[in-house]
Amino acid sequence: MNNSALITITDLVKRFPMGKREFTALSNINLTFNGGEFAGIIGPSGSGKTTLLNIIGSLDVPTEGKAVVLDNSVGNLNTRQSADLRNQYLGFIFQTYNLLAVYTVFENVELPLLLLKMAASERRKLVNQSLEWVGLTDKVNSRPAQLSGGECQRVSIARAMVKEPKIVLADEPTANLDAKNSHHILQTMEKLNADLGTTFIFATHDEKVIQYLKRKISLEDGQVVADEVKG
Amino acid sequence: MIRFIINGLLRDHHRSLFPIIIVAIGVWITVFMQAYLSGVLGDMTDSTARFSTGHVQIMSRAYADNKDQVPNDLALMGVERIMTEMEAEYPEMTWVKRINFGGLIDIPDEHGETRSQAPVAGFGIDLLSPNSTELHTMNVSKSVVRGHLPENPGEILISEMLAEKLEVNLGDQATLVTSTMFGSMTMHNFTVVGTIRFGIQAMDRGAIIADVTDVQQALDMQDAAGGILGFLPNRVYDNEEALAIVEKFNAGHTDENDEFSPVMGNLVELSNLGGYLTYAGQFSTYLVVIFVIIMSIVLWNAGLLGGLRRYGEVGVRLAIGEPKGHIYRSLIYESVFIGIVGSIFGTALGLGCAYWLQVVGLDISAFMKNSSMMIPSVFRAEITDQTYYIGFYPGLFATVLGTMLSGIGIYKRQTAQLFKELEV
Repeated sequence: MNNSALITITDLVKRFPMGKREFTALSNINLTFNGGEFAGIIGPSGSGKTTLLNIIGSLDVPTEGKAVVLDNSVGNLNTRQSADLRNQYLGFIFQTYNLLAVYTVFENVELPLLLLKMAASERRKLVNQSLEWVGLTDKVNSRPAQLSGGECQRVSIARAMVKEPKIVLADEPTANLDAKNSHHILQTMEKLNADLGTTFIFATHDEKVIQYLKRKISLEDGQVVADEVKG
Repeated sequence: MIRFIINGLLRDHHRSLFPIIIVAIGVWITVFMQAYLSGVLGDMTDSTARFSTGHVQIMSRAYADNKDQVPNDLALMGVERIMTEMEAEYPEMTWVKRINFGGLIDIPDEHGETRSQAPVAGFGIDLLSPNSTELHTMNVSKSVVRGHLPENPGEILISEMLAEKLEVNLGDQATLVTSTMFGSMTMHNFTVVGTIRFGIQAMDRGAIIADVTDVQQALDMQDAAGGILGFLPNRVYDNEEALAIVEKFNAGHTDENDEFSPVMGNLVELSNLGGYLTYAGQFSTYLVVIFVIIMSIVLWNAGLLGGLRRYGEVGVRLAIGEPKGHIYRSLIYESVFIGIVGSIFGTALGLGCAYWLQVVGLDISAFMKNSSMMIPSVFRAEITDQTYYIGFYPGLFATVLGTMLSGIGIYKRQTAQLFKELEV
């Protein structure tokens, strides 16, 4: 693990308006994530996992406190700067894969690179490498509808990894998969974490995921109640 | 990115085929309507010029003031001198003298007694000069149904409908009963040598055509005519050119104190077509604007529906860091592509239909049996330069506008909700 802090969260509070009142989703969060972590934010529904993941992913901003991601204070970024941060340094894996149905596996994985205005030959090289990591080189021309759920999620991982981001954020990545596919996916991500040093942060309450995590941050009612590092 | 957009469009028929069909239909109708309007307007203007006013017309001031009554007692005098002058000044133009007149035509039986009789509208035009342009202008040659064109003085053509009504045969004598220029009654015998059908109901119901010299003789109008008609080169009406000629002529010839002095008018003024032509021009603009609005609303809705279908795609693109403006612009690029393709198809369809209507025409004679309007009974479309590009205005503009409106939703999208939205 690289001990330099990629993410520093200080006294973070997030409130949402609910009618005339406000709902506090996150309260007094203080966390640091270093490079190469394989960490999970765990907790029951409504505990604030996804909200925290949103802020780390610069999809949302703190109401109070600070979240600094790769030296960028998320609360101070405008929408363009947030998009640039996500585009260049962050990868996302969703519960329902969210692959684009009309595009092939290759094109789905290639999409983030198109935004980086990379040359076609370089894109091809990176997409093939990424598909090799997830073991889908034989499916480059397939459409998502022709793939199994596990394969779709592997494509989703390839899409998140293709630009070799510093951080990958995964929200319930195994929720739609059976046990066998879940383990396969998690092993793939574990290997990528080990081989490439990419930081993985999960939001989950799935025991199958939790058993792979090297660090478990437990949230309850928007507060960190435990922060355990395995071994 | 362009390849990414085009691949998406080609593979997802919901975002390409459906909008292209809508655009093509709208453009098709716009193109066809423009060609149809051009044709109808062109036909009406051309008919009015050929049969009634020319592009410019010289009359006496008094005749011009009462021209609806065809007052030959107020006819223009000194016609030959004026024609010579005009031919010298505007040699590229065609100048002809005409006499319109009304009267009764009487068909006698073998005893010389009236067999049948009918009111007629007569046209005295130059039929016998070897270099006469009137046969072409009035489309006389092509309008002959039976018989032949007059070749000698005293020969006339009458409308086929009138001939059937009066049971006139070729070679029969016909007596025109009318009044001279000086108000006295006159009768003049002619020989019917042919029948004609112009395709203009007002003329086909009761027209006779005689050589203008015969009419001058019959009506005692030596060196006089109802008017001198001038046609611009190539027979194409140009209002500005006609106005310049009119102004110059009137400045040199018209005397406010002499009601028999010559005065010139142009087609638009004499036929009261000015307002009509302006209205028709505006109508074309309204047509395009209306189609832009309608198609924009339809495409806006299509864009909203497409936006719902592509909610996940846009969400993913936002999440992975594509700026909202970039996504918005990519949707506009798609719409430009759809607009161009739809406009090309729509224009091709519209041109096809317009060409068919240009060649075949739409026969409305059945609806004009009692019409006295000087309009053709077969309407034809006319493909003009504008026909080739007019459809691109609604086609492109409406598509882009519809997309711009529906795409505004992208800017309203909260990135904070993406994880939740994308889990659905």
